[in-house]
Amino acid sequence: MYAQMVKSTGEGVKDLKEMSPEERAFQERIDRGEKIEPKEWMPEGYRKTLIRQIGQHAHSEIVGQLPEGNWITRAPTLERKAILLAKVQDEAGHGLYLYCAAETLGVSRDELLEKLHSGNMKYSSIFNYPTLTWADIGAIGWLVDGAAIMNQVPLQRTSYGPYSRAMIRICKEESFHQRQGYDIMMKMAKGTPEQKEMAQDALNRFWYPSLMMFGPSDKDSVHSAQSMAWKIKINTNDELRQKFVDQTVPQAEYLGLTIPDENLAWNEEKGGYDFSEPDWSEFYEVLKGNGPCNKERLGARVKAWEDGAWFREGLMAHAEKQSAAKLAAE
Amino acid sequence: MEAAADQVDRTAYATWLMRMGDNTLILGHRLSEWCGHSPVLEEDIAMANTALDLIGQTQLWLGLAGEVEGAGRTADNLAYLRDASKFRNVLMVERPNGDFGQTLMRQFLFDAWHHAMLTELLTSTEERVREIAAKALKEVSYHLERSADLVIRLGDGSEESHARMQAALDDQWAYTGELSTPDEIDTATAAAGIAPDLAKVGTVWRQTVEEVLRAATLSVPDSTFAHQGGKSGRHTEHLGYILADMQFLQRAYPGAVW
Repeated sequence: MYAQMVKSTGEGVKDLKEMSPEERAFQERIDRGEKIEPKEWMPEGYRKTLIRQIGQHAHSEIVGQLPEGNWITRAPTLERKAILLAKVQDEAGHGLYLYCAAETLGVSRDELLEKLHSGNMKYSSIFNYPTLTWADIGAIGWLVDGAAIMNQVPLQRTSYGPYSRAMIRICKEESFHQRQGYDIMMKMAKGTPEQKEMAQDALNRFWYPSLMMFGPSDKDSVHSAQSMAWKIKINTNDELRQKFVDQTVPQAEYLGLTIPDENLAWNEEKGGYDFSEPDWSEFYEVLKGNGPCNKERLGARVKAWEDGAWFREGLMAHAEKQSAAKLAAE
Repeated sequence: MEAAADQVDRTAYATWLMRMGDNTLILGHRLSEWCGHSPVLEEDIAMANTALDLIGQTQLWLGLAGEVEGAGRTADNLAYLRDASKFRNVLMVERPNGDFGQTLMRQFLFDAWHHAMLTELLTSTEERVREIAAKALKEVSYHLERSADLVIRLGDGSEESHARMQAALDDQWAYTGELSTPDEIDTATAAAGIAPDLAKVGTVWRQTVEEVLRAATLSVPDSTFAHQGGKSGRHTEHLGYILADMQFLQRAYPGAVW
């Protein structure tokens, strides 16, 4: 999931009776499954929560280029290199759709980027982990994109029209990403002993950070309750995490790899696996900026933005000259 | 192979194909280094897209080079298992990226040549060459449109963007001559009709470059000095590092399948 711990109003969900007539009409539209479109009335809390959620998702897509970009120049074959380039290009494209979706809510891309750069907006915790071997590129596709899909498939039905449409496009591409990741893992797990060791090591390092992508249990979260009432969150974090584990365990078995969890066991009664919680103290440290790559990731984005200032200003200056010349000609 | 290929030394033909494929491979590598570090998101996308096109073209050129060579080497073998002195790309494409303006200027200067070259290759006597050129030309037409447009907008942009683009042009200039200076490989492949007369490609290149630089309010440097060597395997210090990076997995784990 590329949006974690998104804050909502913090006030809990209002009962229909407590709502103003406008709020009630809005909630009833959502309850009927109607889509909300940009120019229509919406509660301020709905708008702000969506901006936080879509913005965080967009930031995750662009920061997410970095750990994978780390291996493009070292991809082991021309075909792998081409596939990885295509994937990273898709991700930048997802960032673009999502910033556009956020812009329909009255916030500019530059404003969102400023908040990312100043640390006032987050991106997914997962991208603060390093990619140390080629198997990590497989693990990211398999586990990280797999976890993202888990969250994004239901979000295709989210109440906000532009967000829902962005998700529909994104999901098509993400499933290709997950397959390419699994294919890398397959080659390595069936490869030489060194390759298999890299594959197992990648799974060991990415397993718990992938589980953290869904965020801590939100059963008591007022933010989640409000977001679910507005249908900008469709499932609880725990539901999605369970679904992810249930889907991934047989895939790991097929690869001949071991999930690094001694407590992992099939629970017949619930029809799903029991599994260990990730270390949530690590998660909170990563969110605070203490993950292994926080400084590099954000630093790289800030540097790209600052180094590119002359480029953006140059294009603006050209556009201004053109419009001045056009005006003079009229 | 067809008749034309029989008339020319196979080694010359294979070498010429490696030049085409090594140019696209090494430039694609350099462009991919920008991933996630471009000045705006649209440029990240365009850079990755261009790099992807170039890597795709590499697969075709080096694949054919391996076939013509006839020693059983695949495109991957050629990309991943040759040392620097066996690479045949021009020096321009292996030089470090510099700032985004330098990368764009190099791209434009290369695209203008690449476009002229591929256009001529549409009438090559070799069918396989014509096919690759036709596919690549569609992509490179867009590369040239984009890089020329950006060179114009940045050259005729702010004072700083103008100064940076002029500095980038001055820096790249001595590396452009190699593209259109023929040697015995070029002469032999041109005589067989596989490749065009490089001087003709150079003339078209010069026209495009002058036209775009004029619109960009940039001055063409008057120096005619041209660094040479890449096409015959004498490279800059930079290529070794590119290969150390690119070939790492194939070298560290020989024979592994990825």
